[in-house]
Amino acid sequence: MKSFDLQVKNVSKSFGEKAVLKGIDVFIKDGQFVTLLGPSGCGKTTLLRIIAGFEKADAGEVILSGEVISNKSPAHRPINTVFQSYALFPHLNVFNNIAFGLKSHKVPKDEIEKRVNAMMEMVNITDLKNEMPATLSGGQKQRVALARALVNEPDILLLDEPLSALDANLRKKLQVELKEVQKKTDTTFIMVTHDQDEAIAVSDRVLVMYQGAIVQDGTPEDVYEHPVNRFVATFMGECNILESERIADKLAKVAFGELVLEKDPQWAATTEGANAGKCCGGIAIRMEDIHVCTPNESFENNVFDARILERIFRGDYWELIAELPGVGNAESLKLRVMTDPDEIYNPGDNVKLYMEPQYLQVLDD
Amino acid sequence: MSKRKLPIFATVLAIIGFVLLYLPMFLVVEQSFNASKHGQSWGGFTLDWYTGLASNSMVQTTTVNTLILAVVSTLIATILGTLLAIGIHRTPWGKKVGYFYDMSINVPVVTPDILMAIALVSVFALFRSWTSVFDPGMLTMTIAHVTLEISFVVLVVQSRLVSIGKDQIEAARDLYASTAGAWFRVIIPQLSTAIISGALLAFTLSLDDFILSFFTSGPDSQTLPLYIYGSLKRGVSPQIHALSSIIFGLTLFIMILMVLKGIRKERKLLKLTQSPKG
Repeated sequence: MKSFDLQVKNVSKSFGEKAVLKGIDVFIKDGQFVTLLGPSGCGKTTLLRIIAGFEKADAGEVILSGEVISNKSPAHRPINTVFQSYALFPHLNVFNNIAFGLKSHKVPKDEIEKRVNAMMEMVNITDLKNEMPATLSGGQKQRVALARALVNEPDILLLDEPLSALDANLRKKLQVELKEVQKKTDTTFIMVTHDQDEAIAVSDRVLVMYQGAIVQDGTPEDVYEHPVNRFVATFMGECNILESERIADKLAKVAFGELVLEKDPQWAATTEGANAGKCCGGIAIRMEDIHVCTPNESFENNVFDARILERIFRGDYWELIAELPGVGNAESLKLRVMTDPDEIYNPGDNVKLYMEPQYLQVLDD
Repeated sequence: MSKRKLPIFATVLAIIGFVLLYLPMFLVVEQSFNASKHGQSWGGFTLDWYTGLASNSMVQTTTVNTLILAVVSTLIATILGTLLAIGIHRTPWGKKVGYFYDMSINVPVVTPDILMAIALVSVFALFRSWTSVFDPGMLTMTIAHVTLEISFVVLVVQSRLVSIGKDQIEAARDLYASTAGAWFRVIIPQLSTAIISGALLAFTLSLDDFILSFFTSGPDSQTLPLYIYGSLKRGVSPQIHALSSIIFGLTLFIMILMVLKGIRKERKLLKLTQSPKG
């Protein structure tokens, strides 16, 4: 069987003076669910549009199953798109919307009927067959758009923020459905989103984009647990970033003391400013990874005194703002800590916080 | 539901408005059934003016001329106007050129008809020195009418076109349609109501145009408005009232049809929105 691997080779694109993509290199294996994740303006939609053929890259190539498709029109690429706005055809009913691509390819009528019906069944919209798009709800439109693209059995399905127009509950439900459909059809899905929860929930692989470049490429767990830099760390959810200085092998100094690390920081020495000559960088720790010690717990290292300033109810957890007094002439530091709903700490309480070395992520910058 | 009381001032204004709008038409219809030929006094009911129309050959020829002119010029203006609107929408030469196009489309709309008529007369005179095809007649009138109508068609079609997002074309291309296929299968069907409105507007513009026709017509291409104007100089014949009443009646009929269709459409939509959806 032919495999539909997609290779994006050194693709660059500028709009006027602004460089939107700076030499993107990606290899996407057949059957993966890949997410392009990043804030607006990071170039993720442009990359998707270059793969689809709506935009031409200034440099570089798009290669599908070994064939260069960079110069092909979207009509000649075995790739289909689910648009952010759905872009359903308002003058056609649901059936004819879904059948549009098959009709373009002059597929025999009875086969169109069969394939469209099967697809409508897969995404649960059989009873909407004769409805016009204007009468559909957001979730229904989304399903029609998905069916309209998938019925053509594309090698790759592109999804441009497919769930962004839906409310939170429906979005969660459709994330699950999307994942199921992807597995059932065994098609490569490439989805653009700015929502890191969504990316984590559905993808096999996340490509985090920032300022026209891919800054991290990995599984959702990997990207969440081991962010490479400050941008990824903060973009992937609530995170404390500690300004640190490397003082010895796997040992860093921060405002409230010294941290034992699992990995030795590779920071370069700063050349100018007050820190000249020192090797400084960031260490990230997620709020759920900071442990509030109970009285009879004890750890070898990385335990620090702190005072609770505030307690915020977040539904399924408490968020604590803890102040850690500075060592020497360093100023005190406020950290965000997550605790279980049944662990009650009150503002004013003095506690000990433990930061396990494996959760301390040494960042590149 | 409690009835809201209208302020007297608004009621009076509304009545004055309706009277001003419809009293003249009402008088024309009344006169068309009035047996007395002159003056405003009621001389008894008659259908003579209507039956007289049937034997008036001038009325028949000018009516036929008017309709031919309206239909032909509307067809040409609608096709050219739609293509022009699409062309302007797709202009590859940037925004500034687009603005220039928009302006050049708007100028004929705001230019006084008389100016346009005189301009056309001069152009036709120039052409006539090379070929007699441009002698005053149906051809010159058709060109004049198309010139007037085309801007209106473009404006109507354009306003719909800009509301169709570019993702529609992209979706069609994504689903393997050729460029032409995308236009014929996706964009033109969505433009159809705008094209029809543009055509209707062009048709009515042509039907009641006087100034352009007056300046560009020849002896054998008299239209109804020209004929009515000519016969007015010999005093208003009640036959003209009868003719006007028929035209008024037809217009009213079309209006009522359109309103009824609108109501039906609204009901259908209402029913759709009421049915439960998951």
